[in-house]
Amino acid sequence: MTALPLILTVFVACTVEAIEALTIVLAAGLTREWRSTFQGMAVALVVLAAIVAVLGPTITLLPLTALRLVVGTLLAIFGLQWLRKAILRATGYKSLHDEASAYLREVAAAKAAAVSSRRGVSDWYAFTLSFKGVLLEGLEVVFIVITFGGNQRNMGAAVIGAAAAVLVVAVTGVAVRAPLARVPENAMKFVVGIMLTSFGMFWGAEGAGVSWPGHDAALLVLVPVVALVSLGYTVLLRQRPRPGLAAPVAHSSEEVAS
Amino acid sequence: MRRLKSIGAFWYDFVVGDDWRVAVVVVVALALTALFVHAAGVNAWWLLPVCVFAGLGWSLRRATAGMRS
Repeated sequence: MTALPLILTVFVACTVEAIEALTIVLAAGLTREWRSTFQGMAVALVVLAAIVAVLGPTITLLPLTALRLVVGTLLAIFGLQWLRKAILRATGYKSLHDEASAYLREVAAAKAAAVSSRRGVSDWYAFTLSFKGVLLEGLEVVFIVITFGGNQRNMGAAVIGAAAAVLVVAVTGVAVRAPLARVPENAMKFVVGIMLTSFGMFWGAEGAGVSWPGHDAALLVLVPVVALVSLGYTVLLRQRPRPGLAAPVAHSSEEVAS
Repeated sequence: MRRLKSIGAFWYDFVVGDDWRVAVVVVVALALTALFVHAAGVNAWWLLPVCVFAGLGWSLRRATAGMRS
């Protein structure tokens, strides 16, 4: 397999997580103080980079079959979790992740918190809010980078995909100075869920000893089949009558179809 | 002890998420696949996708069952 699908998958997955982290960073920076916010973000990025630097080379030392079985299992479970949530959101059974309202919630909490300085940080609340936000969202990025990069024996390509996503989101965030609420986040999560589940199944089954028909080319069939089945479930759920629930809003259909 | 529990809960939520049954389906399907391949000599590449699609449908059905008319 070439590096391009690897880079694109990691890029899209990381973009989603970076947008969520940006919402928290903006809430901390715009309502509290930028210096402490940047300090929290920088420390979180150092921790995430250290995790990749330690786990990345370590994971590639494992035998490929064992690595594929373990990583494939984790990726399939992780991907199905994303896919399940994306389908429930697209069909109105779960509320869509709304960056604008998430931002308002964070801003309200940030305004209410008292200012205190600790360990050389002038605003401890802004620091911890930014640190936790970037670290927690970043852990999912690290997981995807390590599993994809390790399995393809191409950690560099995975890191490039992740770094490009963080850069694009950061530059856009600085330019608009507002949460990126208009990005079709659920559609992106839907796509990432499909990719993670497909790659997870492919590698997991290979690790279990399977030889896929067509070898790597099987992915070209597996990904569309996972997409079709997921869209099929989405259509089926949309057709169900649901008392007490609002019909799926118009933009959610745009999101999944896009 | 409490910290260990919260770390465990975080990782469980991180990987397994809202429905542990999906994780069980994946693990059991992979175990069965390995059994087919190594014990019976059957290249059961189809087994995992079938189980995953069924597991996803089952999970969605459970998640939405209480909201039906």
